[in-house]
Order: sequence, then structure tokens, then C-alpha cells
Amino acid sequence: MTVEYNAEQKIPYPALWHVLYRSSTPFWDGVKEDKLLLQKCKSCGSFLNPPRPMCPKCQSMEQEWVPATGKGKLYSWVTYQESPHPAFKAPYSAVLIELEEGVRIVSNMVKVKPEELQIGMPVQVTFEKVAEDLILPKFETMS
Amino acid sequence: MLDEYVSRKYRDDWRPPVDANLIKNKVAIVGIGQTKFTRDSQRDELEMAVESIKAAVDDAGLKMEDIDGMEMFTIDRLAMPMVISTLGMKNIRFTSEVSFGGGAACAVTMHAAAAVATGATNYVVCFRSLNEASGQRYGRGDSYADYMLKAVTPHYGYHWPFGFVTPLAWAGVWGKRWMHEFGITREQIGWWPVVLRENAQNNPNAIYHGRPITHQDYMESPMIVDPLKLHDCCVDTDGACAYIVTTVERARDLQQTPAVILAAAQSCPMEQEIQTIYSRPVISGLVETWYAGQELYRIAEVGPDDIDVAQLYDPYSIGGIIQLEELGFCERGESGRFIEGGDNIRVGGKIPVNTSGGLLSEAYIHGFNLVIEGVRQIRGTSTNQVDNVELSMVTAGPGVPSSGIILRKD
Repeated sequence: MTVEYNAEQKIPYPALWHVLYRSSTPFWDGVKEDKLLLQKCKSCGSFLNPPRPMCPKCQSMEQEWVPATGKGKLYSWVTYQESPHPAFKAPYSAVLIELEEGVRIVSNMVKVKPEELQIGMPVQVTFEKVAEDLILPKFETMS
Repeated sequence: MLDEYVSRKYRDDWRPPVDANLIKNKVAIVGIGQTKFTRDSQRDELEMAVESIKAAVDDAGLKMEDIDGMEMFTIDRLAMPMVISTLGMKNIRFTSEVSFGGGAACAVTMHAAAAVATGATNYVVCFRSLNEASGQRYGRGDSYADYMLKAVTPHYGYHWPFGFVTPLAWAGVWGKRWMHEFGITREQIGWWPVVLRENAQNNPNAIYHGRPITHQDYMESPMIVDPLKLHDCCVDTDGACAYIVTTVERARDLQQTPAVILAAAQSCPMEQEIQTIYSRPVISGLVETWYAGQELYRIAEVGPDDIDVAQLYDPYSIGGIIQLEELGFCERGESGRFIEGGDNIRVGGKIPVNTSGGLLSEAYIHGFNLVIEGVRQIRGTSTNQVDNVELSMVTAGPGVPSSGIILRKD
């Protein structure tokens, strides 16, 4: 089960993404092409998550974007029993995925009921078009 | 990254020398004030702010013109000049605002203390006023979407489209990890809200005064965001609190027993976000609380065993419980067992907590009500007074840059 969206409500996400948070645009451009990209420091090789203009370890301002394998494990999750926002129909779960690269990202599982979620379960990325202008990286159990 | 936290070894070689700390033992909280706490105030935040400030000034035995400094939260919706003008304060020479939501609850005290310790100002009033229950509710995603997705916190764009939009969920993610890693049970967690609700029964100002709950009530209460149940959540409140900070020298001439600041600290560890900090090597603990606690103990030159009573910022039960571990009141991962049955955290127990009912059962005034209760414990005027209090600790919100204070008797 993924999140069921209410089609009449706008999903909250930053419309002025490229102005507010330029570091993140390559990630969302990648998602549009079904790619999960991670920001990496060119100087010391650390993954930067969330993306940012400077590496906190070596202060380098040179980064590159590398494709993730898309595989990982369920690190933790929560299940909303009541909807906190009209765009989302409860119940639904939000999950924290630890990717093979060690980077953790927030997402939703598709085709999995909340009661089937287990910390450590192997997952892989899939892409879901949730609105006319928005594709999101989501996760399914690894077959 | 976070080597000190991971190894549990707090270093002091690059930190400011304790002897040079101008706040320690030189500043005190001398007046406290509050409004009634309700769920629907029918008043605006300005009205509640000035009422609580007037109450604090009267409590200290000061006049309005004595107050020459003002300190508030950055996220307070009030404009400070309006508050100053409404109160008729003529001599304000120092103002400041502190950021990071509930994490600033004791940072406000620290900044006010720093200002009076350096002689920039004589009497600073600190306040927080909010219609959290009847107005804009932080616990509701739809109430905050525009604010949270602005430039100040753009990384929320990585969370909101997935319906991951409220503090309960952000905390639930690390809460579930904590339960998983240490085998913490639902039954154990329930003792925190039950004990706090007991405390509220003696406090006529508590929202949940007259509405006790049993452990069974807790277990049967509905799940809001798994892993957090209804009684794990703080009580959205309309109300305001204020207190006044001055030097110990001046405090001794005033009418109240001074609550002397033995230590005040802020903490801003690495990989800090606003409540959604999932890149750290460990997410099952409260890193900010550990750093704040270590700095408090370093400055105060005391340890957890010396603390007589603690007001721990608990926007949700687990946020309070894990602080017991991070502040050294029990071992890491042992807090579930530590609070079983509740005796260790009741008045008379090893470390009595949140004696006014805390954020869960007294009120959610963003931690200001905890500071006021910490002062009452020094004065000996709490409705759940701990015997012979020498040291009273107060902490601020976890999951954001945080803060804490240790108060002592003069």
C-alpha cells in the first residue's frame, strides 16, 4: 500500500525549489528520468545528505552526482492513523530507507501494508508519478 | 562526526574554561508569571504575553520601569516592540530573540543571563505566548506547510511529499529505532505519561488537573502515529509564561528566593536539522540533549547524582524518557526498565521529573512552564515539592539545537 493521495488537494512541496535550495535540483531532475542520484563530495568522496553546497568534512565546494544502486533496507517507519494534511488519506506509512551507500532517505513503500513492515527488510527503489508535476522515488520489497 | 557522542567521551580541552564563565553563580531567576492554561483562550497572544510579564514583574517585587531587557523566541508570532509599548516599558536597552523552537527554552535563559552578567542590562524579562490549541497548530501538517517549506527549512521538501509532515512522525522514526535497538516495550513507555498525569492532579493550573489516567487507560488509548499513542502526545495549549533574570547581587534585595543559575548551556551538534535528523550514525538517541547535559555538568562541576529534580522537555513521552539516558540518570538503553512502575521518576524517587505535569499533562508553553517549575522547586513552592532541593535541572526541546540550565539555592 502506498500513500493514497487526495486528487483535489495540492501535495505540499516547494514550488520554488531551484531558488530556495539549488543543491537539490539535480536530485529532482534525476527522479524525472527514473534515476536515484546521490550528491558526493568530489574531494573526499563523502556522500552529502541532504544535498548541500559544501562538504562538512573537508569544506570542499566541488560535488558530483552519482547514481545509487536503488537497493537498501527499511531502517525505521511510522504509520499515520489520522491524516495530518488533506493531501494524504490515512492510514499510511512513511518510511526511512538506508540505501546500500549508507545514505538514509524518507519515502513510502508501495504494495506493502503497514503491518507487514519490518526493520531490516530489503527494499528497492521504484518511481511513482503522484501528480502532473511530481514524480517521487518510492520503495518496494526486493523480489 | 559526533565522535564524542558515539564514544560517550566529552572532551573539555577546547571548551571555554569554567573559571571564566560569567554566568555561573552570578545570575538568578527572580520573578515568575503565567496566565491560565486553557485549550481555547478566546484571547490573543499579545494579551496573554503582557499578563504573564506583569505577573512576573509583580512576583519579583519590581516596577515595570525597572525592566530594561527583553528576550523571546524567534518563532513567537508577536512583534516585540508591540509588547514593550503595551507594557509601557520605558527603559529597554537590550532585546534578543532565540531560534530553534522548543530547543531555545533554556537558551533564552542563557542569553538573558549573559546580558546581565556582562552588565549590558539589569533586569531581562523572558516570555513565550502562544495559542497553540485554538490557533496555528504545530502538530497539524496543514497548519504549517507554507512555513516549513520556505527557505529556512528547504530540506523538508524531501519529506513533505511523502506525507511525512508532523513532529510526531519525525520523532516516531527515531522512537521506533530506539524501541527496536534496546527492546523498549509499549508497557514501559506508558509509565512516563501516567506519572506526569499523577503530578498534574496536584497542580490546579494543569490542563489535565482532575483527569487522572491509569496505565491501562494508556494502553487502551488510540494510536495517533505508530509508535505514539494519544497519551504520548503533549497537550496543545493556549497560554503564556514569563520570568525575570538579574544578577545574584540584585536578586538578594528582592522579595523572592533567588533561583541561582549554576550552569546554562546550548548545544548544536553536527548533522543538525529541525527534528528530522536521520543522517547521524545513531538516530536512536537525543544527541543534543547529551551535549547540553555534558556541558551543564562540566560548567556546574556536578554529576547526574547531584541533581534533585528535573524538568525534561517532553513534547512526546519518548522525548522525555530518552533524556533520562542522555543526561546520565540511567544507563543508555535502560530508561524503559528505569521507569517501570514509575517510582524512580515520582517525587521521592531517584530523579523526580516534570513535577508540574510537564508538557504532556500541565501545558505546552514551549518549555517555559518547565523553567518556571524548575524555579518553584528551588523556592519550595511546587505543588509536587521535592524535599531539600539544592539543584534543579531544566532541559529544552530535543531534535533541534537544544539547551539546558541547572538552578541552585543561593
